[in-house]
Amino acid sequence: MDLLTLLQLFDSSLRLSTPLLLACLAGLFSERAGIFDIGLEGKMLASAFMSAAIASYTGSVWIGLLAGIGASLVLALVHGVASITFRGNQLISGVAINFLASGLTVVIGEAWFALGGRTPQLEGASRFHELMLPLADPLRGIPLLGPIYSDVISGHTIIVYLSLAMVPLSWWVLFRTRFGLRLRAVGENPAAVDTAGVSVVGLRYAAVLICGVLCGIAGAYLATALSAGFVKEMSAGRGFIALAALIFAKWRPWHAMGACLLFGFLEAFGNRYQSLELFGADVPVQLMQALPYILVVLILAGLGGKAIPPRAGGEPYVKER
Amino acid sequence: MTTIKTLMGAAATLALTAGLAAADAHSSPGLIIDLGGKFDKSFNESAYNGAQRWVEETGGEYAETELANEAQREQTMRRMAERGANPVVVLGFANGSTLDVVAPDYPDTDFVIVDMVVDQPNVKSIVFSEHEGSYLVGMMAAMASETGTVSFVGGMDVPIISKFACGYAQGAKAVNPEMNVIVNMTGTTPTAWNDPVKGAELTKSQISQGSDVVFAAAGGTGIGVLQAAADADILSIGVDSNQNYLHPGEVLTSMIKRVDNAVYDAFTAAAAGELETGISVMGLSNDGVGFALDENNEALVTPEMIAAVEDAKAKIIAGEIVVHDFLSDNTCPAY
Repeated sequence: MDLLTLLQLFDSSLRLSTPLLLACLAGLFSERAGIFDIGLEGKMLASAFMSAAIASYTGSVWIGLLAGIGASLVLALVHGVASITFRGNQLISGVAINFLASGLTVVIGEAWFALGGRTPQLEGASRFHELMLPLADPLRGIPLLGPIYSDVISGHTIIVYLSLAMVPLSWWVLFRTRFGLRLRAVGENPAAVDTAGVSVVGLRYAAVLICGVLCGIAGAYLATALSAGFVKEMSAGRGFIALAALIFAKWRPWHAMGACLLFGFLEAFGNRYQSLELFGADVPVQLMQALPYILVVLILAGLGGKAIPPRAGGEPYVKER
Repeated sequence: MTTIKTLMGAAATLALTAGLAAADAHSSPGLIIDLGGKFDKSFNESAYNGAQRWVEETGGEYAETELANEAQREQTMRRMAERGANPVVVLGFANGSTLDVVAPDYPDTDFVIVDMVVDQPNVKSIVFSEHEGSYLVGMMAAMASETGTVSFVGGMDVPIISKFACGYAQGAKAVNPEMNVIVNMTGTTPTAWNDPVKGAELTKSQISQGSDVVFAAAGGTGIGVLQAAADADILSIGVDSNQNYLHPGEVLTSMIKRVDNAVYDAFTAAAAGELETGISVMGLSNDGVGFALDENNEALVTPEMIAAVEDAKAKIIAGEIVVHDFLSDNTCPAY
């Protein structure tokens, strides 16, 4: 494997890990506040659909992005109302959201565009385009660092950079602000937060809504940056991979970035080397494409060390018995 | 249940003895659209267009349903047969094992399956020589390529998609034995038909490996492949339906598979009471497969390409060139 191939792999990894990273951070906020969310997948899907649909109506990808975030927020609110206000089971609510998104996107899409649940192809200003960072071309000549800068770091859509910027921002919000401290406390011991006179319900809603915004960006990225339009079920399990990455990262932002980049790299690697000859034997394509999922199983089996979820995770908070 | 079956059988026999014309009036054809959806711009859409053409030309009516998931196959087939549709047309290889079980239960209904052979007395199996059509577009790809590398993105990793890939590789290598052909599959589950993101990513990976013509045989995933190719200003090749119009001037051609003709012919034959069961092969000789040429790609296809491809087509029909069929032994000599 030469340097160029390696750089192309990293370039592809970065693209593929972006939706995972955004969804993973979304899950991080929600779960740190004690709300398990397996509806990441559904929220991404709803946002992917709405962003593509509105972008194709208005011709502006930014309005599309806002619409996508809006759709994701609506589902996040549904999850919030079901699991915070009505103290329902968070897993069941999440499953419901996934089904709801999977069905509704196709039904609405068929009603609006009559293209079998697909949106029209997006062109021009209705998509996110790749940005060339300043000095990408002149710096290319510098050995090693030049190609890394101009081929790997430069040449992505703005959402890729946004998602990377979200990592330190999430860390700062969660670990360096009062809001973050309270949010984490509400996931560990909501009664203590309540005793201190801070609204548990308010904090949990805030976390669920932040989760909605991030999932919305992830979905819009799928439909308007990575591809040009919505196709049914296009999230293709990425929300669940993001959940696995979250556990692998033990609910910490920087580790989440590492985990998502690893998953992105494995997917890129599986795409690139569909048939790999290793020690004289052919590794079948099925195995290469299963790499991310095999890793998920290994992680859940404890390879990544003991992952301890927020202590109050999954439990509705009851103020008085 | 058996009483009902006997009754239905008796009713059908009565209808038959009452004369063909009367029988036709009662049985309109049925079409079951497969997973991937009616407007997949590809396989299912082609079948749907065939049925629509039949409606326009004959003024007839037909029943249509669309599968929503894998588990509905048997139930949908049975309901279609029970409400009297005849023939019942099902699309896609994945229906094979189900139809093999369902067909014997409705001996008075004819079934038509596209892309698979089902050995039952009341089933007409229509298979296409995709390897021959793919061979021709493979030749065009090799002639259009400047880098000496062409590539292929398949949908789900199943033998019939390898049949496309293998024909394509053989065609490319027939033009230039040194041609490098990259073959990638999107996945191993049915989601691989609907993952344009991964399709685009595979295409970008192939482009970085030097490919400048990519052939997508991947259903909805192909939309992403064609998009990625257009974004990177390389040529792409569509599949099943004519997809040249998706990116005018950037799609070299489309390997068309006349599923529409298959459906149209089945409907027409059934209306005339002449539907023959058994295996029917749609190849180059009866225009079952071919390559698309229209105003969207005329600037891309040179006269030399057309001459070479027409020559190869004639030779394949005459049997002078034998394109290896992947399904015959699950191996491919070209890669």
